[in-house]
Amino acid sequence: MAAKKNGPVIALGAVLAAGLAAPLVTGSPLGFYLEVLIGGLMAGVLYSLVALGFVLIFKASGVFNFAQGAMVLFAALALARLAEWLPAWIGIPAGFPALTLAFVLAAGIMVGLAWVIERIVLRPLVAQDPVALLMATLGVTFFLDGFGQTIWGSDIYKIDLGISKDPTMILESMFQGGILVSKEDLIAAVIAAGLVILLALFFQKTATGRALRAVADDHQAAQSIGIPLNRIWVIVWAVAGFVALVAGMVWGAKLGVQFSLAQLALKALPVVILGGFTSIPGAIIGGLIIGVGEKMAEVFLGPPLVKMWDLAGGGIENWFAYVLALLFLMVRPEGLFGEKHIDRV
Amino acid sequence: MFYRENGQFKSSYREDQQILGIRQDRWFIFGLIAFAFLVVPFVASDYMFRAILIPFLIVSLAAIGLNLLVGYCGQISLGHAAFMAIGAYAAYNLVVRFPQLNFLLVLVLAGLIAAGVGILFGLPSLQIKGLYLGVATLAAQFFIDWVFARVKWFTNYSPSGSVSTAPIELFGYKFDSPVERYVLVLAVVIVFALMAKNLVRGHIGRSWMAMRDMDVAAEVIGIRPMYAKLSAFAVSAFYAGVAGALWGFVHLGSWEPAAFSINFSLNLLFMIIIGGMGSILGSFIGAAFIVLLPITLNQVLPPLGALVGMNFGTAMASHLEFMIFGALIIFFLIVEPLGIARLWAIGKEKLRLWPFPH
Amino acid sequence: MRQRKIGEVILDVRNISLSFGGVKALQGISFDVREHEVRAIIGPNGAGKSSMLNCINGVYHPQEGEIVFRGEVRRDMDTHHAAESGIGRTFQNLALFKGMSVLDNIMTGRNLRMKTGILAQALHLGPARAEELREREFVEHVIDFLEIQAYRKTPVGRLPYGLQKRVDLGRALAAQPQVLLLDEPMAGMNLEEKQDMCRFVLDINDEFGTTIVLIEHDMGVVMDISDRVVVLDYGKKIGDGTPDEVRNDPEVIKAYLGVSH
Repeated sequence: MAAKKNGPVIALGAVLAAGLAAPLVTGSPLGFYLEVLIGGLMAGVLYSLVALGFVLIFKASGVFNFAQGAMVLFAALALARLAEWLPAWIGIPAGFPALTLAFVLAAGIMVGLAWVIERIVLRPLVAQDPVALLMATLGVTFFLDGFGQTIWGSDIYKIDLGISKDPTMILESMFQGGILVSKEDLIAAVIAAGLVILLALFFQKTATGRALRAVADDHQAAQSIGIPLNRIWVIVWAVAGFVALVAGMVWGAKLGVQFSLAQLALKALPVVILGGFTSIPGAIIGGLIIGVGEKMAEVFLGPPLVKMWDLAGGGIENWFAYVLALLFLMVRPEGLFGEKHIDRV
Repeated sequence: MFYRENGQFKSSYREDQQILGIRQDRWFIFGLIAFAFLVVPFVASDYMFRAILIPFLIVSLAAIGLNLLVGYCGQISLGHAAFMAIGAYAAYNLVVRFPQLNFLLVLVLAGLIAAGVGILFGLPSLQIKGLYLGVATLAAQFFIDWVFARVKWFTNYSPSGSVSTAPIELFGYKFDSPVERYVLVLAVVIVFALMAKNLVRGHIGRSWMAMRDMDVAAEVIGIRPMYAKLSAFAVSAFYAGVAGALWGFVHLGSWEPAAFSINFSLNLLFMIIIGGMGSILGSFIGAAFIVLLPITLNQVLPPLGALVGMNFGTAMASHLEFMIFGALIIFFLIVEPLGIARLWAIGKEKLRLWPFPH
Repeated sequence: MRQRKIGEVILDVRNISLSFGGVKALQGISFDVREHEVRAIIGPNGAGKSSMLNCINGVYHPQEGEIVFRGEVRRDMDTHHAAESGIGRTFQNLALFKGMSVLDNIMTGRNLRMKTGILAQALHLGPARAEELREREFVEHVIDFLEIQAYRKTPVGRLPYGLQKRVDLGRALAAQPQVLLLDEPMAGMNLEEKQDMCRFVLDINDEFGTTIVLIEHDMGVVMDISDRVVVLDYGKKIGDGTPDEVRNDPEVIKAYLGVSH
C-alpha cells in the first residue's frame, strides 16, 4: 500500500512505446513517419495549452472547470471579431496593429469574465461537493457558448497572424523528399513554450504566484495567514482566461474560429487525467502523449483496422484519448504526476 | 384548505409506506393519468403529439434512468445518450434479424443489452469517483458513437449509415398514427416510472442513496459498493436503453449515430438538475422544461423581436436557448440544488397549512 | 452497580501495526474484548484510537498483526465481512446519509438482511413487500428504544446534533451487532444529552447483551460505565485494566493526564 505501484504504468508505457515504434518496424517511410510525429506533437501542444488552464483552476480552487473549452472559444471569437471590427471603428490599420489591440482588449474581456464567474457562480457555491461545481461549470459552458455566439456571431472566422500557411521543407539532405513542416505550427509551439515559461516565472518569482501556490497547497492555512481567497480565485480564473486566449489564438489561426473548437478542447480532460489534475508538467507531457498517440493511431492503426473489420472509415482519434485516459485511470487514478490522497474517517 | 391531511390516519406500516400517502396526492396523480389516457388523445393535435408529448415522455424515461444513477446513487455520467444509442441500435438489430419478436420483448431485450454495456462502463466507478468518473463516461460516449458510425454490421450495411424502421406492430395492431404512438409510449413510461419509484423506496434504492451520501459509512453497515454501484449503472442504462429504443422507433423513425450525441447527454443532465436530483417527479418536470423551452422560444421570440424592431432568427433563438439553459443550471445549483421538484414540495407544505402562515 | 455475566473473549486484537506513508499510527497494539463487557479506548488526540476502530471493522488494513473475532482468525478485516459477522459502528464525525429520512437511515442498518432481487423490488411483489414490512417492524423497535418516534420522516440533516448522534447509533443498532464500536458517542453534547446517551449505551449493553467498545474523552463517563479500559498514546498501548487500575497507573497519569511526578 505504501510502495508506489509502478508496474502497470511501466506496462502501459511499454505498450505506447511499442505502438510508437511499430510503424517503423513495419516499414513506413521515415520521412512520413516523422511528419506524422511532428503533426501529433503540434496537436499535443494545443491540448497542453487548454489542459494548462484546467490545472491552474483545479490547483487553486478545486474546481474541475468544464468551461475551459468554452472559454477558449469565447476568447478566440472575441479576438477574431475585434481584429475585424477595430479598423472600421477607430481607424487603426488592419493586420498586425489591429490584431495586437484586439489581443489586449480580449485579454481584458477574459479578465472581466473571470471576475464575473467568480462573483456570480463560484462564491455562492464555495465548499460544495465537487460534482456540483463541475455541473456549475457545465452551466457556464452553455451560457458562454450561447453568449459568445450572440455577441460575436456564429460563422467561421479567421485569425490571421500574418504567417504564411505554406509548409516548408526541412532536413532535405537527410531524407528523400525531406519533411513538410508548417511554419505556423512551429510558431504555435514557440508561443506555447513561451507561455509555459511565463507561467513558471509567475508562479515562482512573484508574490501573487507564491500566494497562489500556498492556496493550492492548503486553503485554510493560506487563509489563516491572510491570503484573501476570493481575490486569488479571481486571479487564477483570469490567468486561466488568458491561457484560453492564447490557446484560442493559436488554435483559431490553425483551424479557423468555429464552434467545434469548444468540442476539441474537451480533449483536455483526458490530458489532465493522464498528467494528474494538479501538475503543470503533467498537463504538458499528457498533452504531448495524447496528441502524438491519437495521430499515430489514426494514421497507422486506422487503415489496418478499417480493412480488418470492414469499417466505414477511421476516426479513431475521436475516442482514442478518452479510452487511453480510462485505461490509465484504472491502473493509476492519480495520474502521472498527481498527488495521491487518503480518505479519513 | 383543500390540501389537508386531517383525519387521514395510518393504521399499518403498509399504509405508511404507500407511494402517495396523502389522499389528495393520490387523486391528483390518478386524475392526471386518467386525463392523459382519456382526454388528451381526443383533444391534442398531431403536432402536439409529434413535437411535444411523445418526445417529452421518452426523454422523461431517459431522465429517470440518469436520475437513478446521478441523483440517487451519486455517480456522474456525462455520456448517458450513448446507452440510449445502445438501446436504439439493439432494438433495430433485433427487429431486423428476428422480425417475429414481440416489440415489448424487443424493448426489454434492448434495455438488458444496454444494461450489460452500462455495467461494463460502470466498472471504473469501483476505483474512481466524481470528476474522474465523468471522464470515464465521456469515453463511453465517444467510443460508442464511433462504433455505431463505423461498424457496418450494426446498421445492417445501410449505405448511408442511417437506419429506418417500420411502424410498430403489437398483437396484430399497428401503432401508426401519432395518437396511437402516444398511447403506447404513455403506457410504457407510466409502468417504468412506477417501477423506478418502487426501486428507490426499497432496500436497493436505500443502498444507492447510502453510497451517494456517505460511501464509507455505507460500507461499514454492510452495503457492498460494487453491488450498489453496478446495479445502479445497470438499471440506469436499462432505462436509457428502453428510452433509446422508443426514441428511435417511435419518435424518430429513422436516425443516424449523431442522434445520440454528447449534447443529448448533457441535456439529460440538465433535465435532472433543473427538475430535481433524486426525484422521479423531478425527472418529468425537467424533461418537460427542456422539451418545451426551445419550442416556446421559437414561438415567442420572433414576434417579441418584431415589437422592438429586431429580427430574431432561429440561430438567435438557439443561442438564447443555450444561455438560458446555462443560466438556469447555475441558478438552480446555487438557489435550489434539489430542483423544481423541491420547490413543488415546499409549495405543498405551504398549501397544507394555508390559509394559516404556520 | 450493574451485575452482568461477562463471558469469554469475543474479539482479540493481536499485535496490530498500521502506518500511513512514514507516519506510524499504531505500533504493535494488542488487547482483547470479552463478551457483554463495555471496553473503553482512551488516549489523547492523535493517539490512534479511531485508527484502531477502523482496523477492527476493516476500513483500514493494518500492515501487521491479526484480528480474531468469534474464533475466526483473520490477517485483516474487510468492511463487508465485519458487518456480516456482527460488528457495528458509529462515527466520530457524523457519517449519516444526509439526503435520507431518519427512518431510511436506520432501515439501511437492515440492508444486510434484505435479499429480494431487483425485479421483485421494482414490481413490488409480495416477498419484497413482506420483507420491507418485516424489517420496518424491527426498525420501529429501534426508533422506540431511542425515543425518536417524532422524527421518523424528518431528513436527518435537519435534526439537531444530539439527535443525529442518536440516529447514528440507531443505524448501527438496527443491524443487531454482537460488538458495537462507538467512536466518541458523547463528543460535543451537553450534560443532558450525555446522560441520555449513557443510558442508551448501558441499556443496549444490558438488554441486548451487546458488547461495546467505546472511544470517549469524558473521563467521568469512561470511569463510570466501562468495565475495562485500554490507554493509547502515540500509537502505543501504555495501559490496560479496570478503571481503577488505569486511574492509578503512573505511566497513564504521566502520559495522559499530563500530571508531573
